[in-house]
Amino acid sequence: MYRLFKTLNRVAFIKALIASFAVIALVLVGSRNLQNFDAALFAYLVGTIFAVFGIAYRYSVWLQRPSTKLYWKRSMQFLFSKMFIPYMLRSLKLFFKNILAQRFIAHRSRTRWIGHFLMATGCLLAFAITIPLTFGWINFELKPGDDLTYYTMVFGFETFSFKLGSMMAFVTFHGLVWCSILVTIGAAIMMKRRLTNGGLIATQTFADDWLPLILLIAISLTGLGISYDYTFLGGRTYQFMAVIHAIVVILFLVWLPFGKFFHIFQRVAQLGANLYKTEGARRGMAVCPHTKEEFATQTHIDDLKLVTEKLGFDYSKQDGSNHMNLSPEGKRSALAKAHFEVRKKSGKFFG
Amino acid sequence: MSETKYNQEMAFFVDMQRCIGCHACEMACAECETNGQESMIHVNYVDRAVSTQTTVQVCMHCEDPTCANVCPADAIHQDDFGVVHSADTSRCIGCSNCVLACPFGVPKKMEEAELMMKCNMCYDRTSAGKKPMCATVCPSQALYYGTKEEIEKMRPDSVPVNSFLFGKQEVNTKVNIMMPKGTHQLIIE
Repeated sequence: MYRLFKTLNRVAFIKALIASFAVIALVLVGSRNLQNFDAALFAYLVGTIFAVFGIAYRYSVWLQRPSTKLYWKRSMQFLFSKMFIPYMLRSLKLFFKNILAQRFIAHRSRTRWIGHFLMATGCLLAFAITIPLTFGWINFELKPGDDLTYYTMVFGFETFSFKLGSMMAFVTFHGLVWCSILVTIGAAIMMKRRLTNGGLIATQTFADDWLPLILLIAISLTGLGISYDYTFLGGRTYQFMAVIHAIVVILFLVWLPFGKFFHIFQRVAQLGANLYKTEGARRGMAVCPHTKEEFATQTHIDDLKLVTEKLGFDYSKQDGSNHMNLSPEGKRSALAKAHFEVRKKSGKFFG
Repeated sequence: MSETKYNQEMAFFVDMQRCIGCHACEMACAECETNGQESMIHVNYVDRAVSTQTTVQVCMHCEDPTCANVCPADAIHQDDFGVVHSADTSRCIGCSNCVLACPFGVPKKMEEAELMMKCNMCYDRTSAGKKPMCATVCPSQALYYGTKEEIEKMRPDSVPVNSFLFGKQEVNTKVNIMMPKGTHQLIIE
């Protein structure tokens, strides 16, 4: 326990505490002082607060890494510059393309993209439904004298209504069922890849690659179990279904900051990396002294020299130049030339 | 997951002066299942205008990999055998830090896929006790995978070296290059 406190990252801890209290404040305000809070979802709320704490803590620690810190700083600097409007529009476009639709995965493999897209869409929709419900931001009400119309209250304000038994009611009340179906199909596609792809079989681990898929399927199936129970079993196993689903979901929430699912939050950095490249190209490209061709942005090369220095690497040379000024091809050629010279001096190229 | 049969007595030996630029290693590399049919090995002319010299480059699997250190997404992982793996596909944000920081010029950025990929010493094969694809097809043995005793017997006038000096930075690697006897380090001016 003492070691835990000794190794605790104080900045990250404070930020995580602030994030957790912010969630509690948002729950209090959004549910109108708990007036619309659904007490049956309390355990989910506790799990969510823990997840927010963990994610904020890990995110903060992650941002303290020299290269991540520099990228974060540069992304913010480039975004909030005189190019704000074009860069914001570009980032929004990429957000839809690469974060919501994950199109970049299609270039890795089409089947993989389909599987990932189904899983991610199912998860994101499920979050969009369950978080406002858990926080008491959304609730449904009936009005006196009319027990057939459901009114959707958002932050306590009436928004839209629908008749019980209507198509709208069917689609809304089964929102999580649709999510479960998407996630289950997606996870099954990903599991098939992991069972048949030789490369994945060689490099995968249970904790990083199988456990997330198993958890997602467990959440989906136990969730579907609740629907199955009230649709076909008249609610006879409701208690069991609800408890088992809650246990699996809370396990997922608690594990969210530690395991593979943290990539959901890291992925947004891809937008920053893209912006960094775009602004860097506008500022000027670096030319390799060996190939005489442009190979990266000069900003990137200059920043990498700073980052590597902070990390304890020094690729500077006696003549004041730097090994990092070379393109990857230039570096390979420099190595080959140095090797050639040593062989030549020894008088024997082989043997 | 699957039990590994990685043989730590086996090592990788590169002798770029033996490279004849046949590109057989490139074709073989694309067969490695961990790469998804993408070739990760580099074969290029050193200075085409003045020489026919070609060079071949696999990942040297540094003891303290610069690529992993500069990765902002913590996507590059070194395992217990010292193999530096290709970027974790779920984490890599395609920033190219590793591509530009690697002193050997090894990682490749797959632009459309927003992913860095690199040689992981054919982990699907080496973890099953087999040799990497490139080393099995190289006709001139510029790439060799075997024991230290075997290479010493085959190349009595050479010695495996795994220390490099790039400017002021010393880099030690898992992969060796074959140098004249008595050499301890390759200095890249």
